[in-house]
Amino acid sequence: METREIDKIIARYNADPQEIMAMFMEIQDKEGYLPKSALSYLADKLHLRLAQLYRLATFYEAFNLKPQGDHQIHVCMGTACHVRGAPQVLDKLQQTLGITAGEVSSDGSFGLKTVNCLGACALGPVVVIDGEYCGHSSPLKMEKILKKYKKHT
Amino acid sequence: MPVERGDSPFVGKLKSAADLEKLKLTILSERDPGKPCITVCMGTGCHAYENEKVFAALEKEIESRGLSKKVELRGTGCHGFCEQGPIVVVFPEEIFYCRVKPEDAAEILSSTISENKVIERLLFKDPLTGRKFTHESEIPFYRYQKRVVFGRNKSIDPKNIDDYIAEGGYQTLAKALVSLTPEEVIREIKRANLRGRGGGGFPAGEKWETTRRAPGEKKYVIVNADEGDPGAYMDRSLLEGNPHLVLEGLILGAYAIRADEGFVYVRQEYPLAVENITLAVKKAEEYGLLGENILGTDFCFKVKIRRGAGAFVSGESSALMSSLEGKVGEPRPKHINTAISGLWGKPSNLNNVETWANVPLIIDRGWEWYSGIGTENNTGTKIFSLVGKVNNTGLIEVPLGTSLRTIIYQIGGGIPGGKKFKAVQTGGPSGGCIPEKFLDMPVDFDSLGELGSMMGSGGMIVMDENSCMVDVARYFMSFLKSESCGKCTSCREGTGLMYDILDRITAGRGSKEDLERLEELAWTTGNTSMCALGKTAANPVLSTLKYFRQEYLAHILDKKCPAGVCKALIRYTIDPEKCTACGRCIRLCPQQAIRGEKDKPAVIDSDRCVRCGICREACRFEAVLVE
Amino acid sequence: MVTVIINGKKYQAEEGRKLLQVALDNGIEIPHLCYHENLSSYGGCRLCLVELAGRKKSSLVTSCTLPVSEGLEVKTDTPQVKKARRLVMEMILPQAPDSLRIRVLARELGVSAVSFPSEGDGCIRCGLCVRACEELVGAGAISFASRGSARTVEPPFAEEPESCIGCGTCVVICPTDCIKMEERDDERKIIRWKRTLKMKSCVRCGRPFLPLAMVDVITRRSTSPPPGERLELCPDCR
Repeated sequence: METREIDKIIARYNADPQEIMAMFMEIQDKEGYLPKSALSYLADKLHLRLAQLYRLATFYEAFNLKPQGDHQIHVCMGTACHVRGAPQVLDKLQQTLGITAGEVSSDGSFGLKTVNCLGACALGPVVVIDGEYCGHSSPLKMEKILKKYKKHT
Repeated sequence: MPVERGDSPFVGKLKSAADLEKLKLTILSERDPGKPCITVCMGTGCHAYENEKVFAALEKEIESRGLSKKVELRGTGCHGFCEQGPIVVVFPEEIFYCRVKPEDAAEILSSTISENKVIERLLFKDPLTGRKFTHESEIPFYRYQKRVVFGRNKSIDPKNIDDYIAEGGYQTLAKALVSLTPEEVIREIKRANLRGRGGGGFPAGEKWETTRRAPGEKKYVIVNADEGDPGAYMDRSLLEGNPHLVLEGLILGAYAIRADEGFVYVRQEYPLAVENITLAVKKAEEYGLLGENILGTDFCFKVKIRRGAGAFVSGESSALMSSLEGKVGEPRPKHINTAISGLWGKPSNLNNVETWANVPLIIDRGWEWYSGIGTENNTGTKIFSLVGKVNNTGLIEVPLGTSLRTIIYQIGGGIPGGKKFKAVQTGGPSGGCIPEKFLDMPVDFDSLGELGSMMGSGGMIVMDENSCMVDVARYFMSFLKSESCGKCTSCREGTGLMYDILDRITAGRGSKEDLERLEELAWTTGNTSMCALGKTAANPVLSTLKYFRQEYLAHILDKKCPAGVCKALIRYTIDPEKCTACGRCIRLCPQQAIRGEKDKPAVIDSDRCVRCGICREACRFEAVLVE
Repeated sequence: MVTVIINGKKYQAEEGRKLLQVALDNGIEIPHLCYHENLSSYGGCRLCLVELAGRKKSSLVTSCTLPVSEGLEVKTDTPQVKKARRLVMEMILPQAPDSLRIRVLARELGVSAVSFPSEGDGCIRCGLCVRACEELVGAGAISFASRGSARTVEPPFAEEPESCIGCGTCVVICPTDCIKMEERDDERKIIRWKRTLKMKSCVRCGRPFLPLAMVDVITRRSTSPPPGERLELCPDCR
C-alpha cells in the first residue's frame, strides 16, 4: 500500500491514536489484510510503538496479518448454528478446500475463517461468502456453492 | 456513504419543542393514512433471503403500473420472524406475507393492491395446525408477545428520521428538556426499576445516579452494541431497525447524567447496524436533536460511532472503554467503578442497546405504566432471540416473568419434526442449559440465576433430543478459550484444560475421574479469575454436569453418544427396508464410502466414512441412520 | 496513612499502595510471579490471591492490584486461599515444568507433580518482560500477541525486533528463566526474540562489553553529565 494512501487515512482521522482501529479497518478494506509495512508506517506517523499496533492487530478477530483469498468464506460458529450443524458445514468446507479455518487455499482463491456468531441466528447454519449471506447451509449446499464460485474465478 | 431514503419536508435545525411538533404535523399532513403502503423487512435475516430483490421487483411493478403516487413502498426494520423471510406487510389492512419471492411482486400489486384480494399461498401457515393467518397480530408467534420496544420496527424506515418523528419520535426528549429536571429523569428510571438488559441486570437508574454524582465536569454515556453472546441478535435488530429510538434514549440519558459526549460502540460484523446508526446520528445532528443547544435549550451533546473489531471480551464495560481509548479491549481490575472512573478516567455510564431503547418509553408513558409490565423486581419486557431447534425462530418480546413453556411452545410453536425437547440454553457462554423440568419457571433475571444459568443479553437456544449436551459444553469451552483475553492464568489455562477434557470425553477417551477434574477446574476458573468472563466461564460445564450427568456417563462408560452427535462414537448405516437403491448417496459421497448394486440396498463402509452427513441430507427416504 | 487489617492484625500503610507490597513490607509472605515493585501491577498470574471481606460474602482478589484504603480487611492464609493458590499453581506448572523456581514454589504450595499434559515452553505469560521493556527500558520491543489460550509474548510479527537494544532486562526479570541470552565474540543474542546485536569493545582491554544499540540510547538520553568515559571502558577497566 502506498504511503500516500495511508496518509489520507491518517488525515481522515486527524492522526488521532484513539481511532487506530478505524484506520486498521480502512487499510484492511483496501488491502484485504494489514501489511507489515503499513503498520510500521502508521506507528511512525502516530508515534506509537510497532509492538503496540501488533498487539492490537492480533487481539481482534477481524484483522488479518496475511493476504486473504480472492473469495472470503466466513462460517458462523454461534450456538444456534452449532446445534443446527455448523461443524459439519465447516468440516465439508475444510475437506473440499483442503485447508483448515484461518488458512487460504493454495491457489489463493478461497480464504476460510470461522466467526463467533454473526447475529443471523434464525438462518443457521450461516455461511457468508464475500459478504453474501447463505442461510440454512449444509454440507451438500456448500459443495454446490463452491462449484459455482470456482466457475466464476 | 449511507444511502438516505425519503424526502424531508424540512431542512435545518429545530429550535424548540414547538418546532418539532410542527414538523410532525407537517409530515403527517403530507401522508394519507388510507393510502396503501407495502412494507418490506430490510433486516439482516430477510436480507439473506434476498429481500433487496423483492424490494426492487415491487418498486418496478409500482412504477410500471403508474402507481408511484398511489402506493407507498417502504423498507422497514426487522419484524423478528426471521424464519419466514422475506416478510412483506401490506398496510393499512396489515396483510402479512412471508417467504415472498421477487416473482410474487406482480401479483401483490394486481391482487392485493388493485383488487383487495389476499394471496393465499403467501400467508403464514402454522406448522402445527396447518391454519393460515392473514394478519400479523393473529399469528401465534406474535399473539403472545408484547412488543413495546420492538413494535415500531415494523412500520418505520430506519433510514428515514421523518418516519420516527411521524410516530411521535423525539417528543419524549422535547418533553423532558422542557419540563423535567435531570434528577426527575433519573427518578423516573429508578422508579420504573429498569434493569440493564445486557446481562447482569443491574438497576440502570442507580448506575446513572452514580455517574451523575461522580465528581468532574466531563462525563460520558456509551451504547454497548458489541453484542457478542452467540445466539443473541436483538441489539443488532434494534440498531438496524429503529436506531433513533436508541439514540433518543441515549440523549435522554446524557441529559439526566449531564454528559456532553457519547459513543456508540458497535461490532463491525454488523455492517447494516453501523450504516443505520451512523445515518441516524447524522440526521439527528441536522435536525438539531444532537449537537449544540439541542431544541433551543442549553443542553449540548454529541455522539461518535466506533466500530468493534471482533472480541467477545471487549463487551465487558471496562474492556469496551479501553477499546474506545484505542487500546486492547481487555478488562481492567475494577476497584473503582467505571461509573466513577471510566473512559479516560472520567465518569462513564454504559448501557446496552436494549436498555437505552427502553428509556424513551419509560419517560414517555411513566414509571407506573412500565412497572405494570412484568413482575415486581423484573419490570418491563425483554427481547429474546428464540433460535435453534424450534419451529418459529426469530426475535420475540415478552413481559419479564413469562414462562419458558409459553415462549418455546406457544410463541415458538414447539420443536420441529415432532422431536423431544431436551434443554434451552440461555445467557450465552456465561449461562447454562435448563432442562425440561424447569419449563414452567418464569424467565427473569433472578430465576434464571437460581437455575445456574443467567439472562445474559437474551439468547435462547432450544435443543432437542439430537443435541448432545457434552458437545454443547465442549462448544462453549472452545468459544471461551479463544475469546478469553488470556491474561488470568485461571481463565486462560482453565478454559483450555476444560476443553481438552471435554474433547477427550466426546472422542470416547474420557474417564470417570475426568468429571471430578472438570468440577475442580470449574471451581478454580470461577473463583480466581478477574472479570465476569472468567468468573462465569464454567457455567456451561457445571449446568450440563448438574442436569445431564447421565449423558456424560454414557460417553465415558458406554462409549456412546445418545444424541448421535459425537463423531467418534457414532456410525452411519443404511436401513435396507427404506433404501430404494436410487444411488443418490453413492454418487454424492465424497469419500466413495458407499457401495451398492442395482436394485439392492446401499451399504456404508464404516472405515472409509468420515461422518460428514451428506448421505443423510441427500437421502429422500430417510434411510440413512445414525447409531 | 491508613490502617489495614491483615490476618486480624492492624498495619499502617500509605493510602493507595498495593496490598501485596504492604504485606511484603511487613514481612507477610504472599506468593507472586507477575508482580515487581518497580513496575505497574498486572494481576495475571493469580497466585497472590487473598480473601477480601465483603458485604455479603468474602471473595478472592489479587493483592497486587488491590489499593489499600482505610479499614480494608484481608486474610492471606485461609483454607480457601490455600486451595485457590494450589489449583492455580497446578495450571502454572505445566507451562514451565523445567523452571527450578516454579518447581520449588509449586512444592511449597502443595503441588508435587505436573497433573496436566505439559506443552509449556517456559513462558507463563506473566508479562514482566513486556512491562520492563516498556516501563524501565523504554524500548517497547515486545508485546503480548493474540488472546485466549493462544496468547504469547513476542516481538512484532515474531521477527527480530529492531527496537530491542539488547539490554537483557527481560532476561533478568523473567521468573521462569525462559528468556536466554548468549554472548559470542562481539555479538550478543537474546535467543527468545531472535535478536542479535553487535557489541562495543573496551578501548583498554578490547573485550566486547555493551551492545552498540545500548550505547546509542545511553548517549542520547544522558543530558548531564555526558556519559564520556563510562561508555568507552568495560566495568573491569573503569
